[in-house]
Amino acid sequence: MFPTPIEKQSRPAQITYQALLPVALLLWLGPLLAVALFSVKPAADFTNANYWGLPSSFEGAFNYGQVFFNSDMPRYLLNSFMITIPTVIGAVALSTMTGFALGIYKFKSNIWIFFMFVAGNFVPFQILMVPVRDLTLELGLYNTKTGLVLFHIAFQTGFCTLFMRNFIRALPFELIEAARVEGISEWRIFWYVVLPLMKPAIAALSVLIFTFIWNDFFWAVVLTQGPESQPVTAGITSFNAQYRAAYQLMSAGSIVAALPPVAMFFLMQKHFIAGLTLGAVK
Amino acid sequence: MTVAVDVPEQESWFHKNQQRLAPWLFLAPGLLFFLVYVIIPVFQSFNLSLYEWDGLGAAEYVGFRNYEDLYWEWVDRDAFYVSLKNNLIWLVLYLLAIPAGLFIALFLNQTVWGIRLYKSLFFFPFVISQVVVGLVFTWFYDPTFGLLNEFLGLFGMGPLNVLGDERFVTYGIIFAGLWPQTAYCMILYLTGLNAVDPEQIEAARLDGAKGGRMLWHVILPQLRPATFIAFVVTIIGALRSFDLISIMTQGGPFGSSRVLAYYMFEVALSEYGFRMGYGAAIAVVLFLIMLCFIAYFLWSMYREEKGH
Repeated sequence: MFPTPIEKQSRPAQITYQALLPVALLLWLGPLLAVALFSVKPAADFTNANYWGLPSSFEGAFNYGQVFFNSDMPRYLLNSFMITIPTVIGAVALSTMTGFALGIYKFKSNIWIFFMFVAGNFVPFQILMVPVRDLTLELGLYNTKTGLVLFHIAFQTGFCTLFMRNFIRALPFELIEAARVEGISEWRIFWYVVLPLMKPAIAALSVLIFTFIWNDFFWAVVLTQGPESQPVTAGITSFNAQYRAAYQLMSAGSIVAALPPVAMFFLMQKHFIAGLTLGAVK
Repeated sequence: MTVAVDVPEQESWFHKNQQRLAPWLFLAPGLLFFLVYVIIPVFQSFNLSLYEWDGLGAAEYVGFRNYEDLYWEWVDRDAFYVSLKNNLIWLVLYLLAIPAGLFIALFLNQTVWGIRLYKSLFFFPFVISQVVVGLVFTWFYDPTFGLLNEFLGLFGMGPLNVLGDERFVTYGIIFAGLWPQTAYCMILYLTGLNAVDPEQIEAARLDGAKGGRMLWHVILPQLRPATFIAFVVTIIGALRSFDLISIMTQGGPFGSSRVLAYYMFEVALSEYGFRMGYGAAIAVVLFLIMLCFIAYFLWSMYREEKGH
């Protein structure tokens, strides 16, 4: 193990390390903790310039209550879920199939199709912006959640195909050959042999795509407007315009908006990290 | 009777060609989506960049005039080259996330009590949306009450209006961006460090290797896959920077924190008018910059594939 395990070092070194950890963490998360502190302060603290002292009264319940019951925030949150969940399902479904096709079969254009997915996944959003917006307008899906979902599924298929294909490549190929010898059809091999083995990959991708899509801001701004279809990342700017200078409410709103992917991460940590490292470092 | 004979024959044709057909059937839906929404739009943008179009009326073919306008900055003074320069600063400084991530990973790669929670909490910034990161850092930099100025005040310095000062604004935004990106690189290196071969480390220790030399000659070579991914995601992240700029400064003050991605959006879709063709030309420039890196990534992957 590198660096040398701290247990093998001197007692003072151990104590220093143990003391340093929480200090480092506090510094690292400082800006975020500040927002958390803001979100439980009363409005009076900001008019009295009591920014960093203890809250003169604890108004967490009131502030978060305002966010949930007196703004469009619940609407935006619901939109985010209604955009994120279908995207996750769609992108994972499409990419298990493309990943299977590119991971199992040998045909001439295989590697080029694979590279096309990988390259497409890296292009800057701006080069897609105008044509995708036009297409969405023509389909009558501008400012709808469906329009956003369709684009997200398509774009995420690039990354998901890369991931799934590499995962399938690592599976024991003998299993598939054995099934073929038995005369099982290709579709059944996919459904009964490969798909059950892909569960860890599907879990990892789902968590990751959930976070990516939830946090998307650019496409939300390009393809939607207004509370009936905007997700929370775009909605929070209107929320902030509504509560300009009410820092306690803007802070509470930010925390609420950030929470779902954070919860997802803490619940599914193992899958999340497996997904992020692309399975390349195990 | 004839029907009964036909059916098995059809099945056997499909059965015979099944292995040739199957990949295309599996690829069809994903490929269709990807072509329609990603691949074709890239070419459409290239085409559009040769037109002048307001998004509603008829498009007028203007050849390379949009590019000339960019090159000579005939339309917007001090916009294109400022954006380009900022993109370059982003590219270089954003790479600091890689050594910073490695540093934190080395710091946290221990087995003391509660370390798992520490690792998760250090990773935290990456999970939060960039929009929230942008808001958090806007307040962090705030000249009246921001933490930064509270801190500077302790040393009798400041106040400093980072986001309102043309000299500092881009660096301020990049610093905010480094926060989640460092967390990402950290997690890549933490997983990488887990896989480092302990026998090699022991052998090197017996040879008297320690600290920096050990890191450079023994550990880093084994972390190459992690470094590669960290490099890819950081470069892409730097060139995609949009959310933070949009939230923190909207390109200001006086357009000094624009990057190509934001400039393009501003030209094509904001109150500055719907100059779609001109915007497409900016997007093409950004795409060509990205293409250098994409080509390099694909080439590395191709070598890797051949190696197996």
